[in-house]
Amino acid sequence: MQLTDLTMLELARKLASGEVSSVEATRASLERIAQVDPQVRAFLRVDAEGALAAAEASDRRRKAGTPASVLDGVPVGLKDLFLTEGVETTAGSRVLEGFVPPFDATVVRLLKEAGLPLVGKLNLDEFAMGSSNESSAYFPTRNPWDLTRTPGGSSGGSAAAVAAREVFAALGTDTGGSIRQPAAFTNTVGLKPTYGRVSRYGVIAYASSLDQPGPMTRTVADAAALLQVLARHDPLDSTSASVETPDFSAALEEGVKGLRLGVPREYFAQGMDEEVEASIRAALREYERMGATLVDVSLPHTQYALATYYLIAPAEASSNLARYDGVRYGQRAKDARGLKELYALTRERGFGPEVKRRIMLGTYALSAGYYDAYYLRAQKVRTLIREDFLRVFRDVDALLTPASPVAAFKLGEKVEDPLSMYLMDVYTLPCNLAGVPGLSVPCGFTKAGLPVGLQLLGRPFEEALLLRIARAFEREHEHFRRLAPLPAQGA
Amino acid sequence: MPVSDFQPVIGLEVHAQLLTQSKIFCGCSTAFGAEPNLHTCPVCLGMPGVLPVLNQRVVEFAVLTGLALGCEVRSRSVWSRKNYFYPDLPKGYQITQYDQPICEHGRLIIDTPGGEKVIRVRRIHMEEDAGKNVHDASEGQSLVDLNRAGVPLLEIVSDPDLRDADEAVEYLKALRDVLVYLGVNDGNLEEGSFRCDANVSVMPRGSTTFGQRCELKNLNSFRFVKQAIEYEIARQVDVIESGGTVVQQTRLWDTNKGVTRSMRSKEDAHDYRYFPEPDLPPLQVSTATIEAMGHRMPELPRPKLQRFVSQYGLPVYDARILTAERPLADFFEACAAKYPDAKRLSNWFLGELLRLLKEEALPVSALRFTPERLAELLAAVDGGTLSNNAGKAVLEEMFRTGKAPADIIAEKGLAQVSDTGAIEAVVDDILVKNAGEVEKYRAGKKQVFGFFVGQVMRAMKGKGNPTLVNELLKKKLGD
Repeated sequence: MQLTDLTMLELARKLASGEVSSVEATRASLERIAQVDPQVRAFLRVDAEGALAAAEASDRRRKAGTPASVLDGVPVGLKDLFLTEGVETTAGSRVLEGFVPPFDATVVRLLKEAGLPLVGKLNLDEFAMGSSNESSAYFPTRNPWDLTRTPGGSSGGSAAAVAAREVFAALGTDTGGSIRQPAAFTNTVGLKPTYGRVSRYGVIAYASSLDQPGPMTRTVADAAALLQVLARHDPLDSTSASVETPDFSAALEEGVKGLRLGVPREYFAQGMDEEVEASIRAALREYERMGATLVDVSLPHTQYALATYYLIAPAEASSNLARYDGVRYGQRAKDARGLKELYALTRERGFGPEVKRRIMLGTYALSAGYYDAYYLRAQKVRTLIREDFLRVFRDVDALLTPASPVAAFKLGEKVEDPLSMYLMDVYTLPCNLAGVPGLSVPCGFTKAGLPVGLQLLGRPFEEALLLRIARAFEREHEHFRRLAPLPAQGA
Repeated sequence: MPVSDFQPVIGLEVHAQLLTQSKIFCGCSTAFGAEPNLHTCPVCLGMPGVLPVLNQRVVEFAVLTGLALGCEVRSRSVWSRKNYFYPDLPKGYQITQYDQPICEHGRLIIDTPGGEKVIRVRRIHMEEDAGKNVHDASEGQSLVDLNRAGVPLLEIVSDPDLRDADEAVEYLKALRDVLVYLGVNDGNLEEGSFRCDANVSVMPRGSTTFGQRCELKNLNSFRFVKQAIEYEIARQVDVIESGGTVVQQTRLWDTNKGVTRSMRSKEDAHDYRYFPEPDLPPLQVSTATIEAMGHRMPELPRPKLQRFVSQYGLPVYDARILTAERPLADFFEACAAKYPDAKRLSNWFLGELLRLLKEEALPVSALRFTPERLAELLAAVDGGTLSNNAGKAVLEEMFRTGKAPADIIAEKGLAQVSDTGAIEAVVDDILVKNAGEVEKYRAGKKQVFGFFVGQVMRAMKGKGNPTLVNELLKKKLGD
């Protein structure tokens, strides 16, 4: 067994006992990256020097008996949407090529303060817009379970790096499923916290009212431990919630006996892959066996979630991305003559087709004469979607659904068909619109050996309960023990 | 139809920079005149990933202003994004308030030749200022200075209740006085901390349907406001008279040529794509905050003027000047508490004190003496220790050095001689030395009297009490 095969908490225990040093773990991570990343292509940038320096500092703290946290010394990776002081941050876009932030995102600062070496920046769909990593301006990341397939998106690099054991955990962001869908595609755990639970300061914005950073790990307990570091009220983020941070791990092992778990019928509509559905249904039966009560529930506005999302998210994005104008940072069209041409050429060359498509959609939705029919109406539907959730949560403790209607699809399969790509997020979008927490936990494999993810949706700020419910299943079915076959033979 | 057959209709939009220490959404300084881009940070530079955090002082200032203008303060107002591209706007949008501003439905009273007039204030909202583009710095390039980006602004919009350029100027002055009194704005049009746009239209007199309006920009003095509005009224009347129609547009006041010229028409107007700012929750203003601001409300210019007239018995003219600035009014009142004759005090303020301040271009806060000292000076003049002219000299010295009047009088030997014996001795001496003139006087040449006064005052180096000198001379000359 390799060092990198350990889960994050397994490594943390070895770091605490002194059996392994952070430098050893970080070197192992860097070596693993060197070994498998040419196949997986999860990393946009590796910061070996910075990570090793942090690891040395961690080892000194461990030796002095003053570790900064339980996770002190555990090397992790960051989606390249998190600003890192002194380390290039691109959002997977040409327009930010060469941009070196002057400050750390709040969550990056929290990770550093907790002593976690940051190994590098992970690939993503450009500005987190996509479900397959194929809209990255640099290259598509591949799924460690099948290198011809997508790891999902937009946090595909993060999911792939964790599944390929290149890092012990990673941070992703989730605007419409960008943590949960890649987690489902890669046999990893992905948690999108309640909107406002984790600071967005220093996270490059896609759709401000939907974006939420979260942990991507191999196990549920790892996700709980990492969330513990991230969840903190941040005065620099006015949408950050002023709520108590509970101990996310305290009740992990308490099981599901007596819990009422809703099964929303709208999430089992046609279009779902048969093998995925079979896997999810098996998981539902498993929960019943473990003592939970399954309740048939309805979230009637679910059918409008996709349309609502594709008005609100692009509208906010069209405004959020206006700052990439070539004036102050990032790429600038140096051959432009005059201001208008500077804007036009910088943005034409800097943005890829999916980003342009969403800027166009959003600009249209906000335009005079269309605002009421599109953006305003979408906001109203969004309220109804949230009310759907809050209503069923009066009756049930959480919801169980598929994370994705299909398992990982082939690279190139949907890239020419934006609408079918958008449909990939149909089960994950409502959660963001409602602002509630969502989690994807490995629940099995297709016959072809592709992972399937079970999605859990919970009440606002009840991540601890979601983690407990996920852990109950994981304890019975340790799918995380099954490792992606890398390096792949003959690849 | 002549111009007089048309009724102008004017509404004003004022942008007032708030006198907060830091910017509206970050901690950068708002100080004016620093090296370009010195007062910037990732937030006001619009870096990726940054988020705004509201400066609560801005809300307090907005509420204070709203209350001063009799507005309703919304318990819940909403931030919006106004989207447009310009290099001085780092994020590509301005954070402002749109359909749910913090204050609405206020009023401001102005004086017109026909008496008091109520001008309705439609709304007040908070927003961030943009930076500045500098175009003449180097050949073929423009530079951007973002020191001003994120400085808090209040936009104060009047209803179209103003009917000529003079009313517009009156409204602006009254508004500026209120803002300066509240301490929320420094009222400087030239430096652009108090900026005004005017919406101007004309309609036939008697009509109730407003004409098509044009927005005038670049009005950075009261004089330009008046000139630009008057020019624009005449221009619009000309257009209509010559059979044309006024086209809605934004027009720029050209200070050098004294004309307004078209900047952009309605067709080129931006679609700002306003939508609620997702990075800031709706702003809740509690009744406690509103009450606290109410308690912090100073006496406003207009009530203070009225009180100066009634309480001190001052003419409106005096009261207007004394209440033009809050520090001056405060200093006057402090002096009035120590010196009983308010009108006499006002004369000294209007005649001497304001002249000295104006000559040195100093604010009242720069005065180096206390109200007590000024009262002492005036008492010395009243009691005959100082002549009126010597009193003015002493005040000037107090103004320059801050010394006490008694010390200045002693140092310079300025005390007036009111000792009858001492004056009598000098009078006697002068009459003896000028026996010939005394003869002439007694023979009926009464105009020689002034000569005797002059001789006595010269002998006394100007310090003789003029009343006593006159009295004694007349007595000795046998009148």
